Amino acid sequence: MTRRRLGYDGVLAACPVSVPYARYSTHSAHWWLGRALFELLRASGLKKADVDGLCVSSFTLTPDTAVGLTQHLGMAPRWLDHIPMGGASGVVALRRAARAVQAGDADVVACLAGDTNHVDSFRNTVSQFSRFAQDAVYPYGAGGPNASFALLTAHYMARTGATREDFGKLCVAQRDNALRYPHALMKKPLSLDQYLGARLITDPIHLFDCVMPCAGADAFLVMSADRAKTLGLTGVRILSTIERHNAWSDDPIQQRGGWTMDVDDLYALAGRGPQDMDFMQAYDDYPVINLMQIEDLGFCAQGAAPQFVRDNTFTIAGSFPFNTNGGQLSVGQAGAAGGYLGLVEALRQLTDTAGGTQVAQAQTGLVSGFGMINYDRGLCTAAAVLARSDT
Amino acid sequence: MKQRSTPPANQPPSSSSSTVRLSPPGKKNPVARTRQPTLPPTPRSRRALGLTRAAALGRFELQVCPACDTVQYPPREVCGACLSHELRWQSVNAEGVLLASTTLHHSNDLYFRERLPWRVGTVHMDAGPSVVTHVHQDCADGARVRLTLRLDRSGQAVMIALPEKDTPHMADDPVLRETSCDPKFRRVLITDGKSAAGQALAIALLQAGASTIFLGDPQPWRHNAAYASLLQDERIQAVTLDVTDTDSVQRVAASLGGKVEILINTADLEREGGVMSARDVNVARDALDINVLGLMRLAQHFGPALCARAADETRNAVAWVNILSIYAQMNLPARGMWSASKAAALSLSQCLRTEMRSAGIRVINVFPGPLDHEWEQRTPPPRVTPQALAQAVVRGLKQGTEDVYVGDVAQEFCERLAENSKALERELGA
Repeated sequence: MTRRRLGYDGVLAACPVSVPYARYSTHSAHWWLGRALFELLRASGLKKADVDGLCVSSFTLTPDTAVGLTQHLGMAPRWLDHIPMGGASGVVALRRAARAVQAGDADVVACLAGDTNHVDSFRNTVSQFSRFAQDAVYPYGAGGPNASFALLTAHYMARTGATREDFGKLCVAQRDNALRYPHALMKKPLSLDQYLGARLITDPIHLFDCVMPCAGADAFLVMSADRAKTLGLTGVRILSTIERHNAWSDDPIQQRGGWTMDVDDLYALAGRGPQDMDFMQAYDDYPVINLMQIEDLGFCAQGAAPQFVRDNTFTIAGSFPFNTNGGQLSVGQAGAAGGYLGLVEALRQLTDTAGGTQVAQAQTGLVSGFGMINYDRGLCTAAAVLARSDT
Repeated sequence: MKQRSTPPANQPPSSSSSTVRLSPPGKKNPVARTRQPTLPPTPRSRRALGLTRAAALGRFELQVCPACDTVQYPPREVCGACLSHELRWQSVNAEGVLLASTTLHHSNDLYFRERLPWRVGTVHMDAGPSVVTHVHQDCADGARVRLTLRLDRSGQAVMIALPEKDTPHMADDPVLRETSCDPKFRRVLITDGKSAAGQALAIALLQAGASTIFLGDPQPWRHNAAYASLLQDERIQAVTLDVTDTDSVQRVAASLGGKVEILINTADLEREGGVMSARDVNVARDALDINVLGLMRLAQHFGPALCARAADETRNAVAWVNILSIYAQMNLPARGMWSASKAAALSLSQCLRTEMRSAGIRVINVFPGPLDHEWEQRTPPPRVTPQALAQAVVRGLKQGTEDVYVGDVAQEFCERLAENSKALERELGA
C-alpha cells in the first residue's frame, strides 16, 4: 500500500543568491558560505536571528560540518541539516527544508552550498572522495571524475550511437547561454569546431566536456508563503520533488539514473508532465549525464536522447531551454554549489529575475540533480518541478 | 614505454592494439638527471589489504559471503546483499567482459602523469561485481578478459584486465612491466655464484631475458668447474664478493651499484646442529655473519643505489630477492642454529621491505623446502632442486609476488602452520 504523498502547499523557495565564482580562492569554505548567508539576509531583509533553520552542503568545509558552521556564523538554528550529496544537494535541501517549514519545525531555512578551491583542493577532494574510490578507483590512474565519466560516456556512445557532435551541440548551446550570465567564468563563445578540436583528456572526454573546478557559493531561502508575503518577497512554488540513492545497483555499468524509479511519482504529484516544462536545469558535470537526465525524466525514450538533441535547440530562445545560465560546463563547478547552480537559476527564471538569461513566459520548470561518484557510478539523483507563485 | 596511438577524435574510444615488443634499452645518458621514484596512490582501507595479501602470494581472491554466496567488490565490512558480517576471502572466477575502457591523457597523480597515456576500464565479472581496473593493451572493448591481482609499485594490490588468451610479448605491456619485476633486459647480481642455487639462477635468469648476470664469488682461490663454465657465457661476469667483508661489499657496490636492477642474495652458510649439541658458538657466529649481517651489509651498500634507480627511465631497478628457507618461519631443531639465522634474516628483510617500499623496490622472500645440495645430503626427499628454486624465483619476479614458497615441503608447511602451529612445532622436533 502506498500512502498518497503530501504536496508542498503553502511553502515557497525564494531569494536565490550567488557569490560570484572565482577560479581559485585563498579563502576557506566558511568564508564563501558566510558571504552567501550575508547575501540572503540582504536580499530578504531578514535578520540573522530570524533564520531558524540551516541546511549546508560543502566538500571543503572539513573538518567542520553544518554544526561547526553555526558557531562560526554565530547562529542558533532550531533545525539543522548537512547534505553531502554533491550534485543532488540543491534539490534535496529544498525538499527537506520545505517539509521542515510545512511541519513548523522551522520558519525560515537558509539553504547554503559553497566551496573554496585552493590550487591543491581538487586533487585532495578526489583522492579522498570515498572509501570505495580510495580502495578501488583512485589507484587506477587517478583520473578522477574525468576517467569515471569517460567510461560511462564510452559505454553510452557504443550503446546509443551518440556522437561527439551530439554532446558538442549541448555544450555550445550552454556556452551561448553563459555569455548572458554575468557570473560565468567562461566568457568566450564556443564553436562546435572548437569543441570537436579540443585537447583529448581521457577519451572520449575532451577539454570542453569537463567542468572547471572553482570557488563559489549559491543559496536560497525556504519559508511559508505567508512569511514571504510579509517580507514582500516573490517566491516559487514547489509542485513536486523526488530523490533516490544507489538505484539499479545490478546494472553492470551505469546507463540510467535513479530518476527512472520515481519519474512517474514526480509528474503525478506535480500534476504536470514533461511537455509542460518551460525549461530544464540539469546537472551537467559531463554532457553524457545531460542526455541521461533527458531520457530518465521522460523527455524521450531510453537511448533516444541523441536524436532528441539533434531534433531540438537548447539556448534560451530554443525549443528546449536548457541550463539557461550556462550550467557548470560554462559557469564553473564550485564544489557542492554545483548542485545548487540549476536550482538558483530556476528560482530566478520563475521570479523574472534571471536578467539576460530570462526565458520568455517561463511558468514551470524542472531542476535535476545528480551526485557522488562513490565508486563506478553516481549514486544520488533528485529532481523538482517548480512553478511561479503568482499564477 | 611505447605510446599507444589515440583513436581519431570522433570514434568511440579504445579498441585494443597489440603489444609493442620492448626493445633493449640504450645506453644511459650520463649527464641526464635520473628520474626519482614516485609511487602510485598508496592509502587503502584495512579491509582492502585482503587484496594485497592475495596479490603478494600470487592469488586472485575476493570476499565471498558465506550466507548468500555473493561475491563482493570493492572490499566491504558486511555483505552488500544480505548484511552478513562474516565475509571470507577466497578464490573466485576471475573472468569477465570488458564493458568499456578509456585511455587517460591526464592524471591527478604524479606517478601516473609520468607514465601517460594509461589505460583503465570497467570489467563486469562473471562472478557478479563490476571492477574498475588497469587494462592490458591487448584487451578489446566488449571482449572477454581475465582479471589478475598484482602489487603495484606502492606495494598495494591492483586489478589488471588481461586478454582471455596469452598474446605475443604480452609481458611487455606497460602496466605489466610496472607491476612485475620481469628480468627481461635487466641486470642481476647473484651474491654467491658458487652455490648450486646461484648457478641455477644465473641460467634461468638468462633464459628469462636478463641482459647481464654479475655472478658473485666469495672464494676466488677455490676452483669450481661449474662456475668457471658459466663464465664462458659473455653475459655472465665474475665478481669477487664476500658478504662478511664490509670493504668487499662496499667496493662492489661502488662499481656495480648503478648497474644492477635485481639483486638476489644467495649467500648462505647451512650447517647441521641445534643449540646444546654445539659446544661453542663459532659456527653460529659464522652463520649469522653470512646469513644475517651479510644481508645487512648488502642492504646498506646496494640498497640506496637500487632505490635511487627505481624509476630510471632507461632501465629501472625493481627487486631485492632473499633466498631464505621455510624453516625461517619455524625452527627445525636438527638445523636449529641455521633456522635461527634464517629467521633473523626474515625479520631483517621485513624491515628492509618497508624501507625499500618508499622507492618502489620490491623485496621478495623465497621460502624453499630442503634444497637438493651437498648440505642436505642426509635429508630424505622430496628436496627442491636448484633448478626448481630458480624457476620459482623467475616466476615470482615475473608475477611480482612478495612471498614465494617452493616445493611440496614448503607448501605443506604453510598449511600445517596455519592449521596448528603447536602441532607443527612438535612434529618438526620428532
